Amino acid sequence: MTRLGYGVVALMGAAAVGLGGYGMTGGGAALRLPSLLPLGGLELTLDPLGGLFLALIGCAAIPASIYAFGDAAGARRGRFAYAVFVTSMCVVPVAANTMTFLIAWELMSLASYFLVLHDRQSKGSVNAAWIYAVMTHAGLACLLAGMLLLGADVGSPRFADWRAAAPTLTPTTRDAAFLLLALGFAGKAGVVPLHVWLPLAHPAAPSHVSALMSGVMIKLGVYGLLRVSLDWLGIGPSWWGAALLIAGAASSLIGVLYALVEHDLKRLLAFHSIENIGIILLGIGSAALYRVAGLDALAALGLIAALYHTVNHAMFKALLFLGAGAVVHATGTRNMEAMGGLIKRMPWTAVCFLVGSAAIAALPPLNGFVSEWLTFLALFQNMRLEAVGQNLVFTLGIASLALTGGLAMACFVKAFGITFLALPRSDAAARAHEASRPVRVAMLTLVTACVVLGVGPTLVVPTLESVASAVLGTAPEAISGDWLTVRVSGQFASVSTAAIAVVLAGSFCAPLVALRLVGASRRTRAYETWGCGRIVQTPRMEYTATAFASPFKRVFDFFYRPTKRLDIEFHPESRFFVERIEYENPTRSIFEDWLYRPALRLLHGGARAAGALQSGSANQYLAYILAALLLMLVLA
Amino acid sequence: MIATLALAVVQIAIVAFGAPLLVGTLRTLKARLVGRQGPSPWQPYADVRKLLAKEVVVSTTTSWVFRATPYALVATLLTAALIVPVMTVRPPLAFAGNIILLVYLFMLGTFFLALAGLDAGSAFGGMGSSREVAVAALAEPTVVVAVFALALRAESIDLGRIVERFAGEPWLAANPAHLLAFAALFIVMLAETGRLPVDNPATHLELTMIHEAMVLEYSGRYLALVEWASAMKLFVFMTLLANLFVPWGLAEPTGPIPVLVGALALAAKLAVLTAAVALLETAVAKLRLFRVPELLAGSFALAFLSLMAIFVVR
Amino acid sequence: MLRQLRTAVRTGIVTEACAPVGEVQRIGERLASEIVRLFGRSLAIRQVDAGSCNGCELEITGLTGPHYDLERFGLHFVASPRHADCLLVTGPVTRNMAEALRRTWEATPDPKLVVAVGDCGLDGGLFRGSYAVVGGVADVVPVDAVIPGCPPPPAALLAGLLEALGRLPR
Repeated sequence: MTRLGYGVVALMGAAAVGLGGYGMTGGGAALRLPSLLPLGGLELTLDPLGGLFLALIGCAAIPASIYAFGDAAGARRGRFAYAVFVTSMCVVPVAANTMTFLIAWELMSLASYFLVLHDRQSKGSVNAAWIYAVMTHAGLACLLAGMLLLGADVGSPRFADWRAAAPTLTPTTRDAAFLLLALGFAGKAGVVPLHVWLPLAHPAAPSHVSALMSGVMIKLGVYGLLRVSLDWLGIGPSWWGAALLIAGAASSLIGVLYALVEHDLKRLLAFHSIENIGIILLGIGSAALYRVAGLDALAALGLIAALYHTVNHAMFKALLFLGAGAVVHATGTRNMEAMGGLIKRMPWTAVCFLVGSAAIAALPPLNGFVSEWLTFLALFQNMRLEAVGQNLVFTLGIASLALTGGLAMACFVKAFGITFLALPRSDAAARAHEASRPVRVAMLTLVTACVVLGVGPTLVVPTLESVASAVLGTAPEAISGDWLTVRVSGQFASVSTAAIAVVLAGSFCAPLVALRLVGASRRTRAYETWGCGRIVQTPRMEYTATAFASPFKRVFDFFYRPTKRLDIEFHPESRFFVERIEYENPTRSIFEDWLYRPALRLLHGGARAAGALQSGSANQYLAYILAALLLMLVLA
Repeated sequence: MIATLALAVVQIAIVAFGAPLLVGTLRTLKARLVGRQGPSPWQPYADVRKLLAKEVVVSTTTSWVFRATPYALVATLLTAALIVPVMTVRPPLAFAGNIILLVYLFMLGTFFLALAGLDAGSAFGGMGSSREVAVAALAEPTVVVAVFALALRAESIDLGRIVERFAGEPWLAANPAHLLAFAALFIVMLAETGRLPVDNPATHLELTMIHEAMVLEYSGRYLALVEWASAMKLFVFMTLLANLFVPWGLAEPTGPIPVLVGALALAAKLAVLTAAVALLETAVAKLRLFRVPELLAGSFALAFLSLMAIFVVR
Repeated sequence: MLRQLRTAVRTGIVTEACAPVGEVQRIGERLASEIVRLFGRSLAIRQVDAGSCNGCELEITGLTGPHYDLERFGLHFVASPRHADCLLVTGPVTRNMAEALRRTWEATPDPKLVVAVGDCGLDGGLFRGSYAVVGGVADVVPVDAVIPGCPPPPAALLAGLLEALGRLPR
């Protein structure tokens, strides 16, 4: 019965892929049921951008559902919520008026809340679900306010009407709507500083749900940001693009910095989602800024880079979460410090996770590299803009993207190395078993997707270019090229991952052949690791994840503000014999310390002060009623 | 087509076979500067030949990642050798990528080497991996910003076109921004290739190692490949530095004579750079590990200043 | 940096020529065979302290300095036995270091040489017969050559190594 539910969702995903593909290539469709919902009824419209996200949801839902086939324990409960989750996510990109959109959005949030609350016994899960619910509804409030404001000003709740009326909006309305909507969507996307729910909620959910949440749900926040900054409100002022760029730069750096010191495997992946959303925002921000300056070709380039990274991130993040799920299932823990040596016990999972790690670290010739390359190129061409302030913002973006790339590689060396390599650090890791067949199939599907998206950008870019043209309303030639090469902005730059892949493969085999020809010795002997001649080699002597991250903790200590706790237990007889040393070096989150706790304190203080109104005295309440009546008489 | 293929072969041959000579010359110069006779510049070739005849001892803790890494390293460096302008203005794989591809190719190599360091399960390997990825991550922004500064001037990000532009119009290259960018990239070269003051390639103390610590488990032909890859990385970096900032002598039409002239010009530029590195390595002491990020931040500041200088000049 | 350059130019190369004769005792036939051909131009040496008093270590340190400079002959010291071709063992192999020495020898890839340094390496030297000492290096790992002395001066060490490799004209 479990399988039937997930099978239905997988089929739905396939349908979404088909429909989305149809929409991307320009086929439009519309559905209108006026009496189903209040305030305009149910209205669905399929346009290229919506089609892209619809196809993306389908592409991610299929492997996630196949994974759920193989993960019997985690997937037994929550089938209904999962089905509602995927369905409502599919409705969001094609929703064409306020009510449809918000109802689908809220259903998506509620369904995912129940999925996060999967393990009701654990206090951590309950806390995570609570914070997630609060933040997502705060976002919903912003969205509601923004959409109602816009709807009231334009006079219709339909998005198509907003698009048509965009040039007639007053700057105040436009800015207010942008701010409210962008805040709401940014909260869902996990942009810093509204990201605090992400690292709590994503690890708590079962792995196939985390894959979808991280891979697709936060992309719907990106979808919203795209609509708001480039579509519904027309061409806005340049501060929108600058704000998006700076938010992107900050998110990418902060996400990866927190991921570096994280030892819970799924939390690490959640922080990387924040980082990648930042990279996507860099593309969107640059597109918005170029559009204001009239450089439509470059705007299309920025948008294509952002869309490509959206697709890529969905693929490799889903892959990584499914791999992490397999690992967590096999070892029973999410803590990296208790894993190790899994590459020998789970070889397929290890290879899939390695490909995912290389993809997210943007290593050529995989897909992460292509989209980061495109983002770099979009940022590099800011020399065409005349405003020095904007050039500075772009430079900030370039520097942060470069630093993020390097740090992401470092973080995944840690994630893969500590989890899979060397000796097992606990008994559970030593007894781990390989993932079941459906799980492997799901992961291999995503591996294929990553490789194809990486080596074949020439197949993907034309479709993305047509989507970008549809969004921007112009048809500039941003990217050209042939079957082998992707050429950007004429002769400015080009890349050919297919050629690189071939040359890499050839250069890999060349030393093998050369050594054979030269007659090098082929003898191999197995022996223990060199340990300076010590007698015993135990897993206690391996490097730990905490140790691996410690150079970064030192370099960025102004950001982490780590505290140190050292407890040394001496032998009761003598201070010269140490029995136990306990060392803890936790980092503190500056957002929690400086933003959320003061805000909550303020809120509590305000609530306490307002509580003075509830004195319990009937006379006071009667006085309130009198005052309210007098006020209404005066105002009427 | 044939000409491009021939050029590719020659370019790879120069990088592959010239790299050990570069490292050998560096060692000899360093020795002479401290009053020793020192090894012959051809010593690395003898070392490689000897290593190929030795057996390989593989730790039982390791996995296929350990055995694949030397080949992966060599693959990334041979590919990088085809992207950098070595003797000609347009290298064979110029269409396939630019500085971003180069930087990420180096990171691919570092990724695998760091994994191999962790694979052996020893504390030395893990320590080396951790330090190496920290240095690589912190050096990356400098490279991107410095080359961006050059690209602004040359109005293209493609390495071949930057070289072409500066070779054709020398007055473009004569400004302080270039000097600053050169200084920034020089420091990054020292960091990425494991030279003093960031890492001492000749140290025997594991606690002071960065690159060496990751390769402590390699032996025989694997060690030969890893050492050779490390030499090629130095060669490619120095070539990049030399040809980006002193682009004269590079062959524009690819006939045999211009390519020969290009190779000789490269040899001359590399000789000067090698002497500079040898002098620097003899004069400075290794920096404490936790001072290295300060050095890299300084190099980033230089790159940023060079970018600001270009913006101001425009 | 300029001061460094000035000193270098003024002092010049101070490396001394190697002594023509070395006092080395050869043990076994391996040295005369292809191993010498293999290591003729390049030998990586890993020094192992098997309980020595550090007198030999001080002399060995002199080998890397400008006066004796073993690098000019293609010899160099390495940190890991995996990289080594030759183990240069000092000390009388105390009981506590016997297992470590054996593991170091196992960790070194074939083909390899073992050269024992000093009278301690030969047969325990000053500490022969002690309860804490196993005996010479040959009692723990197979030895190819011994350079006697207590301690052997760097010139003798260098000449001994080169003669063991057949690099000195007889």
